[in-house]
Amino acid sequence: MRELTFREALNEALDEELARDENVFLMGEEVGAYNGAYKVSRGLLDKYGPKRVIDSPISELGFVGLGVGAAMMGLRPIIEVMTFNFAMLALDQVANTAAKMMYMSGGALSCPIVIRGPNGAAHSLAAQHSQWFEAQYAYFPGLKVIVPGTPYDAKGLLKAAVRDPDPCIFMESETMYAWKGMVPEGEYVLPIGKGDIKREGKDCTIVAWGRALRIALEGAELLAKEGIDCEVVDPRTIRPLDEEIIVNSVRKTGACVVLEEGWPYFNVGAQISDIVQRACFDVLDSPVIRVTGADVPMPYSMALEKLARPSPESVVAGVKVALNVRS
Amino acid sequence: MAQRQRKYPLADKMDRDALLKMYRQLLLIRRFEERSAQQYSLQKIAGFCHLYIGQEAVAVGVEWAMRPDDYLVTAYRDHGQVLARGTPPGPVMAEMFGKATGVAKGKGGSMHLYDVSRHMYGGWGIVGAQIPLALGMAYASKYKGEDRVTVCLFGEAAVNQGAFHEALNMAALWKVPAVFICENNRYGMGTPIAVSSAVTEVYRRASAYDIPGEQCDGMDALDTMEVVHRAVERARAGEGPTLIEAKTYRFRGHSMSDPAVYRTREEVERERKNDPIPRLAKYIQGRKLATEDELEKIDQEVQAEVEEAIRFADDSPWPEPSELYTDVYVDPIWPEKVHA
Repeated sequence: MRELTFREALNEALDEELARDENVFLMGEEVGAYNGAYKVSRGLLDKYGPKRVIDSPISELGFVGLGVGAAMMGLRPIIEVMTFNFAMLALDQVANTAAKMMYMSGGALSCPIVIRGPNGAAHSLAAQHSQWFEAQYAYFPGLKVIVPGTPYDAKGLLKAAVRDPDPCIFMESETMYAWKGMVPEGEYVLPIGKGDIKREGKDCTIVAWGRALRIALEGAELLAKEGIDCEVVDPRTIRPLDEEIIVNSVRKTGACVVLEEGWPYFNVGAQISDIVQRACFDVLDSPVIRVTGADVPMPYSMALEKLARPSPESVVAGVKVALNVRS
Repeated sequence: MAQRQRKYPLADKMDRDALLKMYRQLLLIRRFEERSAQQYSLQKIAGFCHLYIGQEAVAVGVEWAMRPDDYLVTAYRDHGQVLARGTPPGPVMAEMFGKATGVAKGKGGSMHLYDVSRHMYGGWGIVGAQIPLALGMAYASKYKGEDRVTVCLFGEAAVNQGAFHEALNMAALWKVPAVFICENNRYGMGTPIAVSSAVTEVYRRASAYDIPGEQCDGMDALDTMEVVHRAVERARAGEGPTLIEAKTYRFRGHSMSDPAVYRTREEVERERKNDPIPRLAKYIQGRKLATEDELEKIDQEVQAEVEEAIRFADDSPWPEPSELYTDVYVDPIWPEKVHA
């Protein structure tokens, strides 16, 4: 094991998959000569050349559509979107073409594409650059949605996504790229659709994924100082969702908080809450509590932005509500 | 369109069998579509149903300009193209009937017809969305070193979508082996092109991407074949994409629910004089390759073939309920696994 940043782990996954399969190519804005807007593809153009690592024009609908068409013909495109905010321009190709081609063709066509890039807010980028989209993509049957929270998961799941026969949406985060974590030497692939217990505990389950995982773990540490022992469950993929790992944890702890950085209405947490209340109704002593971002476009001002985003403290408050503990 | 001297160097080399086969294809599409309209009225075909009557020369001319292993992709007015590629009419009609024996097992319907074995890749329902898809198909050919060309069809309304511009820019930039063919039937649903487009001669848009732009007479299968063939071979030679405007006309409404009151009777009657089927008949007879009776016999055979297709579709079973949850993922996940 060695310590790698999230960025380095992703770069290794891309490097290994480009080396493994000639049909894999990486395309997106600034992925080549610039080494990636966030340097995730650093060195790959030099190593694999312009056939395999291609700088695209700023035409999200066009180059995502190119990837969908190339995948339909058997290639394995990895399409980088500079951020998922911009990928809204390409949503038609993802939701209407990639997600539906297999069904509409009665199984004759398939689309093994990966669309990846940063999701969610960084800092003070204001409303148009600070949005979480996992619920939006997970809504569409036909797509798989992967939101890793550690360098280890990121590498293993990105490699899985590249090898997966179905269209995969792979979501990273600008602020996570420099985060470090232990990653084993050599190749490994993680299963899509399997969650992971990131912290064991007995009093309350906290479900969190992606960047929010760290907020959940920090909240759990604060609670531990007060004698409250939380279990942090990371589903790692939103669709397919590992319902079993969540339900089993809640059946053990009897309480559930879902943490999500995005907006509260119609989000992933709403779906998880529905699953948990149906599967765990008999063991819950309080409703499932959802800790989310504020239901507003993201403000620019740092003074306001911090109010719009969940923090370890808001996790603490949520868990205390779930456990009927007075602050 | 400029009154250029119509010359048919390719067609003039075609023999009787080839020309009669071409004639048969035009007629098959016509008779298939006429009977589709009736089946729609009988409510055996549901949903949206966009007929190709009047435009047959485009699909057939394009087919004869391509190699059978070249790729074709089009929009939702796709019955003619899939028949021109050679898919038997039975499974096509069965698809429109929603039957298990349809080309997409009844999951696609009229707008989503595929036949991968004949390199027909649909059948897409969002205006212009197949253009980036075609870019990717051609990109894949270039990537793999295949000498196949992708031909992409779309209506004239699609050229006002960003997808058209984005895809043609990249197609030109990377010189992919693609031919983009606009079937200009002059109406985007009920809107005449002059009301929707600043540039009504679609082929001129090619200059924006510095690629060749050409027009062909989309009511003439032979002219379409000549012009498209040049573009296909240019693409195959690595010289990049071409934009072709096939000037055509649909004799019916946009879809079965459209009575097309936005066009005058006089206009439609005028265009009907350009009917592509008698035009090809005239060429064939001009070369003394077939008699009136022989052409009539082909029509009888085609009509019988369409009747047989309807019988096949009628007699075919509905999809099993278990089919509801298949083909969502190659690697099935919940809820497919749960419901399977």
